[in-house]
Amino acid sequence: MASCSIEDVLAKAERDEAEKLRSITVNKELDLEFDPGNLLAFDKNRIDTREFKDSKGEDFLRSLARDNTQLLINEIWKLPTEKVEEVIVAKLPDPTTPLPREKPAPKPKPPTKWEQFAKLKGIQKKKKNNMVWDEVHKEWKRRWGYKRANDDTKEWLIEVPQTADPNEDQFAKRNKAKKERVARNEYNRLKNIARAQKIKVPGTGLAPTAQQSKSELAQAVSIAKKSTASVGKFQENLPKEKTPRNTGKKRKFQPLIGDFSSEKQKQLDLLKIMDSKKPRLDITKAVNKQMREEDKESSQKSKKSFGKKGRKGNMSGKGKGKAGGKGKGPKGKGRKPQMKQGKR
Amino acid sequence: MTHSDGIVKPKTRRSKRFLQSREPKLIENLKNSMIIKGGNTSETLSQALKDVYALKKPNAVLYKKKNMVRPFEDSTALEFFSKKSDCSLFLFGSHNKKRPNNLIFGRMFDFHVLDMFELGIEKFVSLKDVKNDTCPVGTKPMLVFAGELFDTDREHQRLKNVLTDFFCGPRVSAVRLAGLEHVLHFTALEGKIYMRSYRVLLKKSGCRTPRIELEEMGPSFDFVMRRSHMASDDLYRTAHKKPKGVKPKKKKNISHDAFGTRFGRLHMQKQDLNKLQTRKMKGLRKRRGEEPAESASPKTPRIESDV
Repeated sequence: MASCSIEDVLAKAERDEAEKLRSITVNKELDLEFDPGNLLAFDKNRIDTREFKDSKGEDFLRSLARDNTQLLINEIWKLPTEKVEEVIVAKLPDPTTPLPREKPAPKPKPPTKWEQFAKLKGIQKKKKNNMVWDEVHKEWKRRWGYKRANDDTKEWLIEVPQTADPNEDQFAKRNKAKKERVARNEYNRLKNIARAQKIKVPGTGLAPTAQQSKSELAQAVSIAKKSTASVGKFQENLPKEKTPRNTGKKRKFQPLIGDFSSEKQKQLDLLKIMDSKKPRLDITKAVNKQMREEDKESSQKSKKSFGKKGRKGNMSGKGKGKAGGKGKGPKGKGRKPQMKQGKR
Repeated sequence: MTHSDGIVKPKTRRSKRFLQSREPKLIENLKNSMIIKGGNTSETLSQALKDVYALKKPNAVLYKKKNMVRPFEDSTALEFFSKKSDCSLFLFGSHNKKRPNNLIFGRMFDFHVLDMFELGIEKFVSLKDVKNDTCPVGTKPMLVFAGELFDTDREHQRLKNVLTDFFCGPRVSAVRLAGLEHVLHFTALEGKIYMRSYRVLLKKSGCRTPRIELEEMGPSFDFVMRRSHMASDDLYRTAHKKPKGVKPKKKKNISHDAFGTRFGRLHMQKQDLNKLQTRKMKGLRKRRGEEPAESASPKTPRIESDV
């Protein structure tokens, strides 16, 4: 009696379990393939096309989707969970579907000159703190960068050492030294890159190229000419070569404290022009220029059928006014600001 | 950009971060996608592109202008766009009489086209037409593929891979159980592919795992397979190559027995047992008187006690 009641109890318990699980079990011929890392499920079962056509397609698809999703959810619920900030979270394994990369894997960079040396000597990188105590200003300043501590180019007083030339500018000397350090650093950085990419860099002069253009050849000739002990001063020209006169500074400014008499003369001339009643604009010149512009514009418009807007067109008044007046205005000093009676 | 990768240094921290996010890495960023229109588009097509953009919201760019590009003939324009916007997935939509409502799903490797699949839209129900609630933007969708075609046919297999790549969201290590709301279901039947998007409702069942009810949400497409361009085998293999840093290093020489005890092997160099340093027992030391007698019998080195 007791035994069969135990059996009954067990059978009943089993049936109850099955009842509970009934709502979530789905019967399929073939098991689905799961990839919980990607939340992916793949159902390989054959789909009955007749069934699809009999019922309306949407309902069939929906029930199929419901079944498959149920199986996927069952699979996800089997994963280990943990509680993160009062939320239950399932930990996903790594995805198993092989997806291709976006970009190729990065190649390890070859070590720079310093890194090779450090490895050889066994020098370790020491972590330095960002701020340094500046005794002079009595505050914490950056180790390097904007407003850094112990910046020797920013000193207002430099003692001239005994051995130095009294006429030498010590401030300029420090600035120049800094510029040279910066230039050398940049040069070394580029050399490291060239070594890493295995590009041949010449010590001085031009890099070798297969086909030279006319300008590159001219450049090569001029560099070769200058590469003598006296920087090409005594080199004769080739038969048809012309000495280029455009070397040196491209813009020249008058010194601040220069020739007082010429400065005075310029100021007086300016005042005279401002007083005179003559208009600053050469009307004929301006009109001719405007007519030429308009002709050019109309020819362009007729060529291009899309009606591209002439970018030169609309600046006419101001542009011509300035161009017309440029010849007359004194050099360097301010021209009169744009006249109201310009181009009508 | 790679040419001058070290030569032109970025001048601000922000630009430096921008360039760093775009360079190749061991573990890659999430793939961005670009949605482009072709020379001529129809109403259904534009709406379809907008809906896919809504599905992929933060990681997609939708280009509004039309581009006269033919991806299957000349893909250089697509590669240029992908390089400029750093997108490795693309969706190109065009409409003409021969191929109406055409969508091309594609992906790039190293800014060159890897795979492209042309699918024609036969029936389309837009997000606007379905009046149900939608789940929040950016939820990682569950993907379900059904149909033996996805297993047997090579093109369909590759298409499955492309669609997984396109629609799977960011790679996450853990997922909130209550947040599994979105499911995309693809069915391959008789050369057609039906894509449906449902919202998942988790209902109480007797046990821990909930019962699923689905509610139609979002765009639904009926696709028909048209042309395809699959990558050559070795290009595909190169794209899958994993760099050395990513694989976890296998620790050699460690084994476990049935009880879970960890065992390791120690490999010793050859030892000269005569010169072995052992514990010195005073009683066993050689004594002056007994030297000749003991030297005859070789001393057995006492190794048993120590090892």
